[in-house]
Amino acid sequence: MAIALAVVLVLIAAGAVVFHFASPWQQLPIASNWHAMDDALWLTFVITGVAFVLLHLFVAWALVRYRHRAGHRASAEHGNRRLEWWLIGITTAGIIGLLAPGLTVYARLIDPPAGAQVFEVMGQQWQWHYRLPGRDGRLGAAAAGFVTGANPFGIDPQDAYGQDDVLVQGQELHLPLNRPALAQLRAQDVLHDFYVPQFRTRMNMVPGMVTHFWFTPERAGRYEVLCAQLCGVGHANMRSWVVIDEPAVYAGWLARQPTFGGGTAPGRAGTPGVPGGPAEPGKLGRLLAQQKGCVACHSVDGSRGVGPSWKGLYGSTEALEGGATAKVDDAYLRQAINAPQAAVVRGYPPVMPPAGLSEAELAAVVEYIKTVH
Amino acid sequence: MSDEIRERHGEGDDAAGEGGDGGAPHGHGPTGFWTRYVWSQDHKIIAIQYTLVALVVGVIGIVLSDLMRLQLGFPGKFAFIDPASYYQFITMHGMIMVIYLLTAIFLGGFGNYLIPLMVGARDMVFPYLNMLSFWFYLLAVLILLGSFFVPGGPTGAGWTLYPPQAILPGTPGVEAGIVVMLVSLLVFIAAATMGGLNYVTTILQARTRGMTLMRMPLTVWGIFIATILALLAFPALFVSGVMMLLDRVLGTSFFMPAIVSMGQPLGYSGGSPLLFQHLFWFFGHPEVYIVALPAFGIISDLISVHARKCIFGYRMMVWAIVIIGALSFVVWAHHMYVSGMHPWFGFFFAVSTLVIAVPTALKVYNWTLTLWRGDIHLTAPMLFALGFISTFLIGGLTGLFLGNVSVDIPLSNTYFVVAHFHMVMGVSPVLAVFGGIYHWYPKVTGRMLHEGLAQLHFWITFLGAYAIFFPMHYLGLLGMPRRYYAYDNYSFIPPSAQSLNAFITVAALVVGVAQLLFLANLAWSARRGRPAGANPWRAGSLEWQTPQTPPAHGNWGERLPVVYRGPYSYGHSGPDGDYMPQNVGPDTGPGEREEGDRRPGSGTDALRPAGEGGLA
Repeated sequence: MAIALAVVLVLIAAGAVVFHFASPWQQLPIASNWHAMDDALWLTFVITGVAFVLLHLFVAWALVRYRHRAGHRASAEHGNRRLEWWLIGITTAGIIGLLAPGLTVYARLIDPPAGAQVFEVMGQQWQWHYRLPGRDGRLGAAAAGFVTGANPFGIDPQDAYGQDDVLVQGQELHLPLNRPALAQLRAQDVLHDFYVPQFRTRMNMVPGMVTHFWFTPERAGRYEVLCAQLCGVGHANMRSWVVIDEPAVYAGWLARQPTFGGGTAPGRAGTPGVPGGPAEPGKLGRLLAQQKGCVACHSVDGSRGVGPSWKGLYGSTEALEGGATAKVDDAYLRQAINAPQAAVVRGYPPVMPPAGLSEAELAAVVEYIKTVH
Repeated sequence: MSDEIRERHGEGDDAAGEGGDGGAPHGHGPTGFWTRYVWSQDHKIIAIQYTLVALVVGVIGIVLSDLMRLQLGFPGKFAFIDPASYYQFITMHGMIMVIYLLTAIFLGGFGNYLIPLMVGARDMVFPYLNMLSFWFYLLAVLILLGSFFVPGGPTGAGWTLYPPQAILPGTPGVEAGIVVMLVSLLVFIAAATMGGLNYVTTILQARTRGMTLMRMPLTVWGIFIATILALLAFPALFVSGVMMLLDRVLGTSFFMPAIVSMGQPLGYSGGSPLLFQHLFWFFGHPEVYIVALPAFGIISDLISVHARKCIFGYRMMVWAIVIIGALSFVVWAHHMYVSGMHPWFGFFFAVSTLVIAVPTALKVYNWTLTLWRGDIHLTAPMLFALGFISTFLIGGLTGLFLGNVSVDIPLSNTYFVVAHFHMVMGVSPVLAVFGGIYHWYPKVTGRMLHEGLAQLHFWITFLGAYAIFFPMHYLGLLGMPRRYYAYDNYSFIPPSAQSLNAFITVAALVVGVAQLLFLANLAWSARRGRPAGANPWRAGSLEWQTPQTPPAHGNWGERLPVVYRGPYSYGHSGPDGDYMPQNVGPDTGPGEREEGDRRPGSGTDALRPAGEGGLA
């Protein structure tokens, strides 16, 4: 038994090292300037790895060497103060070796450069909104009290700085390559966390607060944005994209985005309160569905979510809890949106809160659902 | 119970400073079934009650974890696990394991059973309060389990219960589950406070003659300091629970800023979600040590007894426990590096967190150095203790990643964190619980557990824990966030990660089912196990020197034992072999034993019933 356990402990130590290098699951290639964070992580792996292996080997050796045999008696010693202080000293040196590089990186991590490009991320169950400063280089003031269907960011309509703010369409943010980027993070309902693994650094988004972090994108590409702070049943579906562009491509993208004031977007006209971009059937409803978080639970591709998918929903006949059936028409959808507990589709939990949409918003969303085939 | 008796020690002196009415002497215990086994004020019965309830909720916790693993390993295959129920499973699993299993079993179970026996007391100093503590605990458990049956089900806010999410639409259980959870926690804290005051007072006031603080077994030290941590930390959870209840029920705004939820502006304003996190982790980090310190103590005792060698550096081991306990109150915000708190806090909390690694590392060194030049008996308790060293080592070392702020940031809220805390405060303390039960079960029941079953249980649990949690670190390194219902269509996650998740699920199911071996062993051995005798492990500490096994009401018969030495006197020549019990006098060599037994100075050996000798 002693030999078996010793062999297992040696295999654990050796296996850990082999697994570390052979594992197909490694950090994603870095896309920001924070190589020093990766170095600190690597150093931590080395120092802790050595301790892990040495202690396992020592225990395995002691198990074999001092296993019970007939007539064997343990030493009566109580300890060795000198050895203890040596071990404390070595451990302390190792701790300093971990802290010194770690805190050095951290000092830079919390000190954004002056000329960084500010971008705002606003989290909402279960979607992202992105805002960029306009020509004045400043973001307008914003607060939860200003939030309406047409003003999802809650930008203060009276704040002159806000009028030219660029409101990014859809769920994809672009940032220019090699220019320091300073994230300004807000949330309007619960905690979220703007997490792009390739950027390494990140921060929670807290309602009632504005938080920050910064990085310099160093590799062009399209990166997935994940929410990394539990935010309710749609948490795993709260997602979007960040695209790192060459500066010229970025400028072109920026020119196509609408502004809060609706007017002088860098390049393009619009109407206040109406989203820009090309026309499409049910567009207003699609944007509303994104803003209200409907899409976190109701897929548009037929996959099963928290609630029934919208794909092919309109015109179908659904079985309800309690045995009844319902034909999905305008009246049914209006009721299902604003009074969802009245008729729950069989097999789905009755968790949907009433959406509280206005008549116009209801009509827009129903129009959109009709377009999802 | 309130009879004022002049307590008699082995030497027949007066009991100066004896701790009040801590139980009646032998022969005056309650006799009816209900007063003996149900409304019992005997610390040993209360300990068994605590342990059995904790094991029952632990089984529920394991079932919940296997349900969530089914979804992660085979997403969408089990239609009844929708996102809402998935989040309810993870929340209840976490809360049950941390609070209702581990905290309860270490303090209420091990603490209750071992403290009076190890320090030579007849009972806890407040037996009635001790009984109330258990019934409050049971009430808290029943309330908690009741949340499965309220409309909307239990809360799915995650065991950290972060507001605003915990009390807003979009989180399961917002209707009633969160209220039930908070009420259950408040009742649990009342139970833990009643028990905790008792443990601390008993250790300080009811030690027998000669049992100085520096002669207490490390198990008592671990439970003692953990209890002090609990008394100081639980109030922070209590007030945050009350404040969240007020936010939820009365619409106050302690933790709630102005919020637009699902498109609707709410009436809250001015509160701070970060305030809750500070309060929660001011409790939550000491909570890690409330679970870890008793485990440290138990492991120290198991290693010393089964390696037949004095614990290496007892004095340093005690100071390490005390220092870890003190430092555990100034590291809480390492859970909040990416919370949005002022970034300068990161420097302080990174340093304090890594400093705590020094006394913790010393404990690991001293356990391994206790093996060195020992006489290692690989009994089931020893296997679990050695397994603990391995799992605690990996969990502690990954703590150095997460405590060091800039290394933590990319790993925060990924599966690396899940792997870390399960190794360090899930698997490790549970191995200590198993080891402890295998070790003390013969004293509790008078019978040995089945050794073969116990060893099989060890191998499956230990290797299974590595199979489950070791590769999880690398999913976190890849960037997989925790608390995700599913990982559909994330292009950065390769298909192999899904295969790995399926493998982990299979391992988790095997380990979950293997715990039946343990339960079956407990049940079977209680009646059918080999008779254990008084001291089957030939241990030196006081709980093995009781005149009866299992110890009778009042523990010590007519006379309290007198203590002459520390609990780890191994490698010497003693009356029963290579050890000296704490209560055998210094002038009592093996050859003089018969004579010694007739003298008052020899403690309780004379009171041992025939046939309960010390050898296994």
